[in-house]
Amino acid sequence: MKTQHEEDATALPSVLRFDAVGLNYKTRSGTTTALEGLNIDIAEAEFVSVLGPSGCGKSTLMKIASGLLPTTSGSAKLSGQVITGPNPEVGVVFQQPTLLPWKTVLENVLMPIRSLGLPQKQYRSRAMQLLDLVNLSDFANNYPYELSGGMQQRVGIARGLVHDPKVLLMDEPFAALDAMTRETMMGELQRIWMETRKSVLFITHSIPEAVFLSDRVVTLSQRPGRVIDDLRIDLPRPRQLQDMTSAEFGAHSARLRQLFVDMAKSADPQEATA
Amino acid sequence: MKATLQNIGLFLISGTLLILFWQFWVVWFEVPSYFLPSPEATGEALLYGLSGPYYPHIWATLSATLYGYVLGCGLAIVTGVIVAETPLVEKILTPYIVALQAIPKVALAPLIIVWFGYGLSSKVIMVAMICFFPVFVNVVVGIKATDANLISLFRAFSASRWMMLWHLKLPGAASMIFAGLQVSIVFALIGTIVTEFVASKLGLGVLISSSMTNLNVANMFAIIVLLAVLGIALNEIMRVVHRRVVFWESNRN
Ligand SMILES: Nc1ncnc2c1ncn2[C@@H]1O[C@H](COP(=O)(O)OP(=O)(O)O)[C@@H](O)[C@H]1O
Ligand SMILES: [Mg+2]
Repeated sequence: MKTQHEEDATALPSVLRFDAVGLNYKTRSGTTTALEGLNIDIAEAEFVSVLGPSGCGKSTLMKIASGLLPTTSGSAKLSGQVITGPNPEVGVVFQQPTLLPWKTVLENVLMPIRSLGLPQKQYRSRAMQLLDLVNLSDFANNYPYELSGGMQQRVGIARGLVHDPKVLLMDEPFAALDAMTRETMMGELQRIWMETRKSVLFITHSIPEAVFLSDRVVTLSQRPGRVIDDLRIDLPRPRQLQDMTSAEFGAHSARLRQLFVDMAKSADPQEATA
Repeated sequence: MKATLQNIGLFLISGTLLILFWQFWVVWFEVPSYFLPSPEATGEALLYGLSGPYYPHIWATLSATLYGYVLGCGLAIVTGVIVAETPLVEKILTPYIVALQAIPKVALAPLIIVWFGYGLSSKVIMVAMICFFPVFVNVVVGIKATDANLISLFRAFSASRWMMLWHLKLPGAASMIFAGLQVSIVFALIGTIVTEFVASKLGLGVLISSSMTNLNVANMFAIIVLLAVLGIALNEIMRVVHRRVVFWESNRN
């Protein structure tokens, strides 16, 4: 089965690719199949959202891409190379800001540089530029506890970009924020992405967030996660928050919502036969 | 700030009243001084002691306490890190640690004196043993409680084991480690005094035992007051160091 994307992805080279990826967790009560036969291909400078019900294996996907978890079957590839461990070409942003409370904002942004054994001095100015990009240059020497949740998450984004990775992996980065902050952050992320043009794998369970931000929205089935839909969003950029009320936006959202409705039905056999 | 001043004020007032009451009681009921000395007699003994005779003893007690504390806590941190980081070592050491922890360490004081003599080393060893466990336990628990998300993050950025320990696990456990260090500083003084009671050449514990033999109860009281002051001072120093080092905890809203 070919996804819609594989047919028209000839334009740009693939950066991150999942090839028939399967993943089993061994637990005390047996094996949990989190992912099965999953195919996703993310091109250079492409923003792809992965949408799926909770527990379908989205975070698992992200752990595979960041090299923290080996696949059980199939393979994940970064620029054509099979991923076997953490890779400096990958940047990550988690749901929680996960900042070190004992380090300043700037030191937190530089953490991957130290971790990867790169020269910190050389990356200082880049870190400052990134803090500027996320509108936090005035807070470089503050500590995380002096920042709001949205600001902390923006530090997390700057940190994910500091070593200039090819791909940025984001696991529900706005899920812990309140609705207002989340909308602001969506606008911010689009701006940051348009300025940096990274490939982004953005994991979310919010349909409007996915439609607003993405070039493509990949929807996963319930566990074990497989791709059940791959939707291209061709809305012009920069998209505005008020565009979310447009007919096109609505049509995309409606289609994705329908997928979730169908999933819920098939999960409940009584309703499916009715 | 205002609250602290108020607390200090209240303490001064209640303390003064208590001492007046004590003085009054002793004089009124003519309590013999070999049973309960008056505050006046205690103060005199203290002043005399502080004019010279106490100093070698204060120094002996304090140095043994601090050496033992540093040794015990240092060993506890190193061992704690190794145990928390290497499951095999943990499996091998756990039964011994549980057994050692169950023994009341002060019961070993006579044995330690038989082995290491009447001097500084016996006290240092005793204190180190007493200080070890509160710190050790907190190091292990603190390191194991490191946030799983932060560990994932460090791993995703290819952090070395050393980087993970030094920049993540130890600072993350710092608050718990300091809680252990604060418990231990009080234990340390107890360890020194107990060893000095059993047998020692110098020290405030020695002075208390010899005052008992001479029925010099005023001197005993004076030394107890001195020990209280020392204990509070040591505890306070650790509290301030804790707050300074783990600054991000007290600033968390
Ligand atoms: N370490 C683990 N051990 C066992 N099962 C796990 C583990 N991590 C996740 N799972 C299971 O795998 C499935 C997918 O988890 P996850 O990728 O976190 O889902 P999502 O992020 O989409 O909510 C869930 O059913 C979860 O219970
Ligand atoms: Mg998840």
